[in-house]
Amino acid sequence: MTALSKEAAQREDFREILRIVRPGSRVLDVGCGEGALLELLGQDKGVDGRGLEISPGGVAACLARGLSVVQGDADHDLDDFPTGAFHYAVLSQTLQAVRAPRHVLDELLRIADRAIVSFPNFGHWRVRWSLFSRGRMPETRALPDPWWNTANIHLCTLRDFLDLAEDLDLQIEACSALTQGKPARSIDPEKGLENWRAEAAIFLLSRRTPALRPTLDLETSQTTASDLFNP
Amino acid sequence: MDANADPTREESSADTVGGGVYRLPAGTSLSLDSGARLEGLEIAYQTYGVLNADRSNAVLVCHALTGDQYAAGVHPASGKPGWWSRLIGPCLPVDPARHFIIASNVLGGCTGSSGPSSIDLSTGQPWGLTFPVITIADMVRAQALLLDHLGVGTLFCVIGGSMGGMQALQWAADYPERLFSAVIVASAARHSAQNIAFNEVGRQAIMADPDWRGGDYGARADRGDSQPDRRKGPEKGLAVARMAAHITYLSEAALQRKFGRELQRDGVSWGFDADFQVESYLRHQGSTFVDRFDANSYLYITRALDYFDLAQAHGGVLARAFTRAREVRFCVLSFTSDWLYPTAESRNIVRALNAAGCRAGFVEIESDKGHDAFLLDEPVMREALAGFIGAAATARGLK
Repeated sequence: MTALSKEAAQREDFREILRIVRPGSRVLDVGCGEGALLELLGQDKGVDGRGLEISPGGVAACLARGLSVVQGDADHDLDDFPTGAFHYAVLSQTLQAVRAPRHVLDELLRIADRAIVSFPNFGHWRVRWSLFSRGRMPETRALPDPWWNTANIHLCTLRDFLDLAEDLDLQIEACSALTQGKPARSIDPEKGLENWRAEAAIFLLSRRTPALRPTLDLETSQTTASDLFNP
Repeated sequence: MDANADPTREESSADTVGGGVYRLPAGTSLSLDSGARLEGLEIAYQTYGVLNADRSNAVLVCHALTGDQYAAGVHPASGKPGWWSRLIGPCLPVDPARHFIIASNVLGGCTGSSGPSSIDLSTGQPWGLTFPVITIADMVRAQALLLDHLGVGTLFCVIGGSMGGMQALQWAADYPERLFSAVIVASAARHSAQNIAFNEVGRQAIMADPDWRGGDYGARADRGDSQPDRRKGPEKGLAVARMAAHITYLSEAALQRKFGRELQRDGVSWGFDADFQVESYLRHQGSTFVDRFDANSYLYITRALDYFDLAQAHGGVLARAFTRAREVRFCVLSFTSDWLYPTAESRNIVRALNAAGCRAGFVEIESDKGHDAFLLDEPVMREALAGFIGAAATARGLK
C-alpha cells in the first residue's frame, strides 16, 4: 500500500483501537510510525505505551513526542520484548507486509495478553472483480500499488486469516469490518458474505489456552518478565 | 574551585561558564571497586549555564576515553571547540540557556582529576602505577560526589557517548533515584573480546616503549629531575596506541573515501616513509595525541573499559541492572557503520531495558563515519536528541 492509503486505512483502525483498548492498560504498537496512535492512547486512555518502528525518522518523531519507541521491525525484533509485558499488542495494516505472518502473530500473543490486528481483505468484492475482469493482480483503492511495487507480500482473505487463527489456537474476541469513509461495523467473520463485503478487517485476538507464563523471571531469560511496568 | 563555580548565583546567562577542581575534604576517601581507598580525590570540572531554583535542570555530560571536561565552548589549551560543541550550546539539544551542564574529567584522567599523573600526597611524587586500578563505577562514584558538592540532587539528564555512555548506564544502575533521563550514544554494556584485544595492543605499545620505565616516567624531585614534564614519557608507544585505536573509530568506507590509496608524493619511496596519505594521517593523529594525553592514564582508562561488564555485576543478567530505573527515560543511539560498539551492543542494552520495564527509545542512525560519528555533525542524531530531551524537559516541567 502507498503511504497515503495506509494512513487513511489506519485512521479507521485508530477509532476502533481507541474503542477496544481498556483505560490505563499497557500497549505495544508494532509499526507505530510517528506515534500518532500511541499519543492518542496516552491522552484519551491513559495508556502506558511503547512502540516498535522501522524508520529512523519515525522513531525520532516519536521521541520528540515523548514516546518510548525502539527502532526495529516486526519480523526480527519482537523477540526483544519480554513475555506478557503488555495487555495489548497492536499491528495495524502491517501483517500482510511482514515476512513471517504466522511467527509475528504468535509473537504478538507471547508479548501481550491480546493482539489487535488489522489487514486489507483480499476477498473483498473489488479485489475479486479486479482479478476476474482484468486477469491481472488487483489494484483497488485499498491495494493501489502494482504487484512489482507493493510492500504487501502476504495478502490474505478473511477466511485465510481465520484458518491461521484456528491453527494458532487463537480466540477471536471481536472483529470489525473497515471500509474507507464509513464507520466500522462489528461483524461475524465466519459469515461468508463478510468476506465479500469487508474492505479491511480488524481483529481482537487472545489465546484459547494461555501460554505458561513465568512471573518476574529475569534470572532464566533476559526477555522474560511480567507485570513490570507498575512495580 | 573558583568564584564562577557557584551554580546558584543570581546572574542568569547562557554564557555563564564555571568550573574548577573539587577536592574531597581531608579525612574522607573514595572507596573503589578494587577495594582500595583513594584519599585526596580531585575532580576537575566545567559548568555551562545556571542551576535553576528547583535544581531540576542539571545535565551531566560524560566523556569518552580521551575526552575531557571541556565538552562545550572553547578548549582553553587547543583553542578548538569543545568535543561535543555540536550538541551543547545555544539552540542545541543541550543548551546552557535552559540547562545547567556539568562535565568533569573522569577519575584516572589527565586533565585535572586524580589519576596516575597526579601527586600521591603520601609520597609527594606522581602516582604512576601505584595509582589504584579504577572502574567505570568508580568514575561514576566520583561524579556523584561532585554533584553533591554542586548541590545537584537529581540529574535532569545524564548523557554520554562511547565510554561516556557506559557511565550513563552505570548511573542508571547505581543511582537511578538521582536520574530523570539518560542518553547513551554509540556505547555498550560491556567490552567485547575484540574491544579488549584492541586495548591490549595499545597498552602493549606503551609498555614496550623504553621511555615508559615501568610507568615511572614522571619527573621526580628526589632524582633531581627538573619541572614535571610528562611529555618525556613513552611518546612513541602512546602514539602507536592512538594510531591503532583511531582505526577502530573510523569505518572502512570513511577511510577509503578520505584517503583511498592516495600517495603523499608522486610515486612511492621504495622505503618505509609515510608513502600513503592514510599513513601520514595516522602518524599525525598519533603525534598530536601525545601532546595532550598521559600514557599511564591511557593504561588505566582502557583497563576500566575492559573491566566494564554491567551484566556481570548483576548476576549475569543485564536487565537486573535496570530494575530500579523503571522511572528513568532512556534514549539509546547507535550508528550503522560503528564496528567498535556496533548496533548489536545497543540492541542488547535496549532489550535489557525492555525486559526490566524501563522507558526506552532507540534509533540506529545511518552513517558511514564509524564510531566517531557520535562526535561529528550528524543531523539525525542532533534532531533525535533535541526531540528526546525536549520531550523529557516538558515532562520534567522545565522551560
